[in-house]
Amino acid sequence: MSLGAVAAAGPGALSAGAAALAGQEGAAGGFQPVLPWLILALPLLGAAVNGVGAFLWRDDKRIPTIVGPAALLGSFAVVLANFIAMSGADLHGAEVVGLWNWIVSGDLRIGVDLQFDQLSMLMCMIVTGVGSLIHIYSVGYMRDDPGYSRYFSYLNLFVFFMLVLVLGASFPLMFVGWEGVGLCSYLLIGFWYENRDYANAGKKAFIMNRIGDAGFLVAMFLVFMAFGTLDFIPVLAAAEGTLAYGGALVTGITLLLFLGCTGKSAQIPLHTWLPDAMAGPTPVSALIHAATMVTAGVYLIARTSVLFALSPVAQGVVAAVGAGTALFAASIAIRQYDIKKVLAYSTISQLGYMFLAVGVGAFTAGVFHLMTHAFFKALLFLGAGAVIHAVHHAWAHGDGRGDGGYEDAHGDPNDMRNHGGLRKFMPRTFVFMWIATLAIAGVPPLAGFFSKDEIIWYSGAYGYPILWGVALATALLTAVYMARLMVMTFHGANRTFGHGGGAEAGRKLHEVPAVMWAPLAVLAVLSVVGGWANIPEALPLLPTFEWLHHWLEPVFAPAIAVKEAHGFAPEYRAPVGGGAGARAVISAAIAIAAVGGAVGVLSPPPGPPAVEAVAPTGFARVLHDKWYVDELYDRAIVRPSLALWRACWRIVDAGLIDGAVNGAGRAARLLGWAGGQLQTGRVTTYLVAFMLGALLVLGVLS
Amino acid sequence: MAGALGLNGLIALFVSAILFTIGVIGVLLRRNAIIVFMCIELMLNAANLSLVAFSRMHGIEGQIFVFFVMAVAAAEAAVGLAIIIAIFRHYEVVDLDRFRLLKW
Amino acid sequence: MIQDFLFQAFAAGSILGAVIMVTRRNPVSAVIFLVGVFFATSGMFLMLDAHYIAAINVILYGGAIMVLFLFVLMLLNLGHADWRDLRGPVGGLIGGSISIAFLGVLTRLFVGGTDARPVVELAGSALREAAAEQGVVGVVARPLFTEYTIVLEVTGVLLLVSMVGTILLARRERGVGERERT
Repeated sequence: MSLGAVAAAGPGALSAGAAALAGQEGAAGGFQPVLPWLILALPLLGAAVNGVGAFLWRDDKRIPTIVGPAALLGSFAVVLANFIAMSGADLHGAEVVGLWNWIVSGDLRIGVDLQFDQLSMLMCMIVTGVGSLIHIYSVGYMRDDPGYSRYFSYLNLFVFFMLVLVLGASFPLMFVGWEGVGLCSYLLIGFWYENRDYANAGKKAFIMNRIGDAGFLVAMFLVFMAFGTLDFIPVLAAAEGTLAYGGALVTGITLLLFLGCTGKSAQIPLHTWLPDAMAGPTPVSALIHAATMVTAGVYLIARTSVLFALSPVAQGVVAAVGAGTALFAASIAIRQYDIKKVLAYSTISQLGYMFLAVGVGAFTAGVFHLMTHAFFKALLFLGAGAVIHAVHHAWAHGDGRGDGGYEDAHGDPNDMRNHGGLRKFMPRTFVFMWIATLAIAGVPPLAGFFSKDEIIWYSGAYGYPILWGVALATALLTAVYMARLMVMTFHGANRTFGHGGGAEAGRKLHEVPAVMWAPLAVLAVLSVVGGWANIPEALPLLPTFEWLHHWLEPVFAPAIAVKEAHGFAPEYRAPVGGGAGARAVISAAIAIAAVGGAVGVLSPPPGPPAVEAVAPTGFARVLHDKWYVDELYDRAIVRPSLALWRACWRIVDAGLIDGAVNGAGRAARLLGWAGGQLQTGRVTTYLVAFMLGALLVLGVLS
Repeated sequence: MAGALGLNGLIALFVSAILFTIGVIGVLLRRNAIIVFMCIELMLNAANLSLVAFSRMHGIEGQIFVFFVMAVAAAEAAVGLAIIIAIFRHYEVVDLDRFRLLKW
Repeated sequence: MIQDFLFQAFAAGSILGAVIMVTRRNPVSAVIFLVGVFFATSGMFLMLDAHYIAAINVILYGGAIMVLFLFVLMLLNLGHADWRDLRGPVGGLIGGSISIAFLGVLTRLFVGGTDARPVVELAGSALREAAAEQGVVGVVARPLFTEYTIVLEVTGVLLLVSMVGTILLARRERGVGERERT
């Protein structure tokens, strides 16, 4: 059934260039993108202006304050106009806007083409919408930072590359965005590059992403080998005819693509960079390392859903890695004390959910969770940023010990053991954070409930009972660690100024300014209503049920058709029986019980401030130390590599290469010395040489 | 007649070779710069002799060439002798082995 | 016949003169014998129908250049054989072998050698006819002032330059300090 859509798009896409395609499809679909280039141009322009400003008007914060968010809001407005236009049109297939030719070589033509379809528009909405809010929030958060203009330049540039990634109509263009966001991620993680640890965290993220990118690149080469083109539309249209179902080639391509995803989306085994990436400013963590960039892997799989549908092995790997990562990261999150680390592991865990979804074949559910997660995780990060901001300022505002003196003495404003009882001082943040917590924990009727519940259901329905169990267990852990975070941060007595520092805390801890909490409010609303975009049929609470499913149907129909053709249809086979209604009850009950239980057990929050804390022991220590994955990598890969490179340096570089270079130098000097000896300065020598030369010439002539 | 002239031509070429060789011997075996210089003149003259002999076969260009060689030889003799005078003023000898200035 | 005899006599004389010239210890006698060699070669030029060349050879070489040599010898007071300027056995060996090699190569080059190059065929009749028509100077002068005009002019410039150079080189320095000031 779905092949019709492909067939409609197929011939045009295969035969004609992108521009011709755009005209053809435009006539058929009735959708014309509005000012498509402006979506990309505005953030790029903002990045350029702010980048110049970082040098020219370093101390003037007015221009970045206006240009940074305005670039995003303008881009968002254009995206919104396109989104509305697309909803009104009956678009099947995709609208491709060719801007210019990029690489033309033989049969290969790669254009700078933008692909407008339901999936890319949804992603653009998330990127520019959430991005705008975070830009506005950053105005407050980065107010006192000397690198203010540079910050907005990077952030705008990031949004530009993210939009290139989302809108790129071919693998290479997507890869440009993919690398670009990696670059911006590196720049922003190491934003405070004076701190060596932060700079190293940036490098770690960059290097681990390169491992994944290598997979992406090789996958791209294989795609070109198999299809002779790299544009998404012809590749996906021809995939079923070109590649054998479950064949080695398609499995290789998809597994290599997934390797790229594990790097970008921080899945096992390349997950360790994301917690370290929390070294960047908190709005960056919210935008890049929670809402947008790290979901690029999910987007990539959704974009190439047909290829993944053709390879059940790759799908199984994706689902298993996703589920494993979800549980693994959630277990670590339970024992972290750094509020951003908890959220980082939570992000990894939620990304695991998304991969579980796209792995089992529930592409819509994965994208749905991507969307809701962008809302509530951005909210959580921004809320955590507000907390950190408040604690930092409370410490930094001199109390006779000099700037930052108290911070040095007490340690880390990120450490939840230094928070506590913030409910009194930051009531708005407190409310918004609880909304986000309930949303991520999956308490109905908030956003996370619908999206996560759909993933859990599909993992059972497609016949993966173990993954279903893992997903449920992770849901339980999610509720627990989020409740722990909330209790430690906002409930109980305040520990910011040590025991009995309540009075001081009351003087110095304040709610953040409106420019920071206003975006939180918007995101809180989205975290509540975001899930209503795809209310399942079984719960007909709103007339718009399964809206997202219908919206994305033209994109995923070919992949679903492939799966159904090979006998993969959703069918409820979970160990605990019941229909679509019962499953909702199960997950809702787990979420509510876990949140309630955790709050009950943990409050009042135990433990002294960070400086007085004792190290955890036993299994808790294993979790606190993140299962020692970093240490394992250090022993197994980093140190042997270093030893190898050191050997290369000593033997190959210092010995062979330097020897060869120095030897060449010595040989040249020797030759010069020998030549110099000929140059005696004595006329007699020259006469003999001259005669010999003449003799030689005559000898050749004769 | 032509045969006799042909023989003379051949003799001229031989004489040219021998004179040239004597010049080479003088250049390589004598150390007196003026004698060496004279030997060079001798070599030039030997070359002229062969050119004149060849001009009988190839036309007048050989003699033209001799004309230019003589002009250059005159210039060379003037400059060379001036150099010898300058060097002699400095060293008070004309021994080639004492001339070690041709390097920096 | 008398011409052939004269030619061969000039040839023998030139070789003899050269040998004597190169073996003289006294530079003045060397100059004198070299002048003799030039006269002998001029005679050979004459027999080879190069009358104009023969004339300027006597005037330029035998006259001007050799007088210049003599002049320099007198000027520098070198006209006495008080030092032995012949090289030692090593120098002699090197010089001798190079010279023998030259003789071999030149002979081979002129006479033909192993690749049976045709013996230079000397036919002077055309030249002699041209000389009869245009005069012995005209034979050389005509191409010199038509085809080779530019070369002739360049040669003139060369002579001018060498004259300037000679004056500069041979100019007596008027004391070290004065020279450094200029």
